[in-house]
Amino acid sequence: MPTYFEKKQLVTPGELLAEGEYLPGSNTYTENSKIYASRIGLADCDNKRVNVVALRAFYFPKVGDMVIGTVLETGFSGWTVDIKSPYTALLRASDVLSRPFKPQNDELSQVLSGGDLIVAKIASYDRSHDPQLTVGEPGLGKITRGQIIKVTPSKIPRVIGRQGSMISMIKKETGCQIILGLNGVILVTGKTPADEDLAMAAIQKIENESHTSGLTDRITQFLKEEKQKIGGKQE
Amino acid sequence: MNKKPEKLINKKGLRLDGRKPDELRPVKIEVGVLANADGSAYIEHGKNKILAAAFGPKEMHPKHLSLPDRMVLRCRYHMAPFSVGERKSPAPSRREIELSKVIRECLEPSVFVEYYPRTGVDVFIEVLQADGGTRCASITAASLALADAGIPMRDLVVACAAGKIDDTVVLDLFDTEDKVGCADVPVAFMPNLNAVTLLQMDGILTPEEFAKAVNMAIDGCRKIYDLQKEALKTKYMLIGQEEEVEE
Repeated sequence: MPTYFEKKQLVTPGELLAEGEYLPGSNTYTENSKIYASRIGLADCDNKRVNVVALRAFYFPKVGDMVIGTVLETGFSGWTVDIKSPYTALLRASDVLSRPFKPQNDELSQVLSGGDLIVAKIASYDRSHDPQLTVGEPGLGKITRGQIIKVTPSKIPRVIGRQGSMISMIKKETGCQIILGLNGVILVTGKTPADEDLAMAAIQKIENESHTSGLTDRITQFLKEEKQKIGGKQE
Repeated sequence: MNKKPEKLINKKGLRLDGRKPDELRPVKIEVGVLANADGSAYIEHGKNKILAAAFGPKEMHPKHLSLPDRMVLRCRYHMAPFSVGERKSPAPSRREIELSKVIRECLEPSVFVEYYPRTGVDVFIEVLQADGGTRCASITAASLALADAGIPMRDLVVACAAGKIDDTVVLDLFDTEDKVGCADVPVAFMPNLNAVTLLQMDGILTPEEFAKAVNMAIDGCRKIYDLQKEALKTKYMLIGQEEEVEE
């Protein structure tokens, strides 16, 4: 029962990956008990499960994902939100107000209006319904300050790093709060705009160089150098 | 009007452009050439020059065209006014509308349309220079544009034509051969699944000649498929070489 790829091999859609007792993982499909790739990416085998780490993908909503979205429109009983996925998400007024929503008492556009950015979680999603968002947890809701940076959704794991090593390092070095939307939108809030710019530069660097090795070390180095430059100017 | 050549194959058995009967024209493919599209590809197949761009998946507009159980694939095949000898009107012609449909239907089996209900994907194909066999080259490029946009696919679709000129079955006809010759058989193919997604014929062939032409076209598809995969990999090669285990 063989596999037909080397670890981290670049595969194209339709490439035969494995046969027999293996299980199809992400970005793969089975036909006649053979596993093929369905996206361009890097093939990997983990405990009999064959995965392809996609190098090009779009965000597809999953229940429980934290996302950052832009409010598009105020409706009768809620808002429509762009979460950079094939589907527009809905946010219900009763969820934001955390009490029953009465159209005669509440003016929705005073709570959120078009263009506002929100941090939310996907409460429900299935094939026949658009994703519904919720802001009923601590840390979720309207974004009032900070800066936004967008990266390719498939590169979010790289920004997080192994067990969060990368992201916690950036947070520590820059003193910024960073919220990662799984849809590829990242919110950076710091004490000063300069701190935010530094963190954003680091994230941009990760996106551009996500394929190279030893990235965490290089980002650490980069942040230290940049901080010295800024420090030098101030003195 | 150029005068028609009398013979399409000379005494040495070579064609007007010096190819052997079973020889392809030179093919050059590049992926990711357009910054504003989600996915794109450019193909030079002999003198054909074709750009393909893919957008999506996104919400379907207008909304009533969306389907509750699958993604809608839309294709637009268009020839630029300067793509042929005499200026072509930029308005979509009957032929272009038909080719758009044919290309859509041959790409659809390769895409997992059932994964993304109520969404739409647009594919735009722009023929910059035409020299026979544009539908085949368009299919090859469009499939790459879809893959480059990150849309899950069963396989890349690759297409190639075969036909008959001067009583000989030949591979990959160019413009003059197509117009003066006896028959043309375009075939689109998914090599890994061994499935044909497009099969057309115009002209007259005996059943034996038809079988020979189809097999010849499929062999041609396999050759182009290697170039197609290579082109897709080239864009992502850099990433592939040094990807690390850091998740």
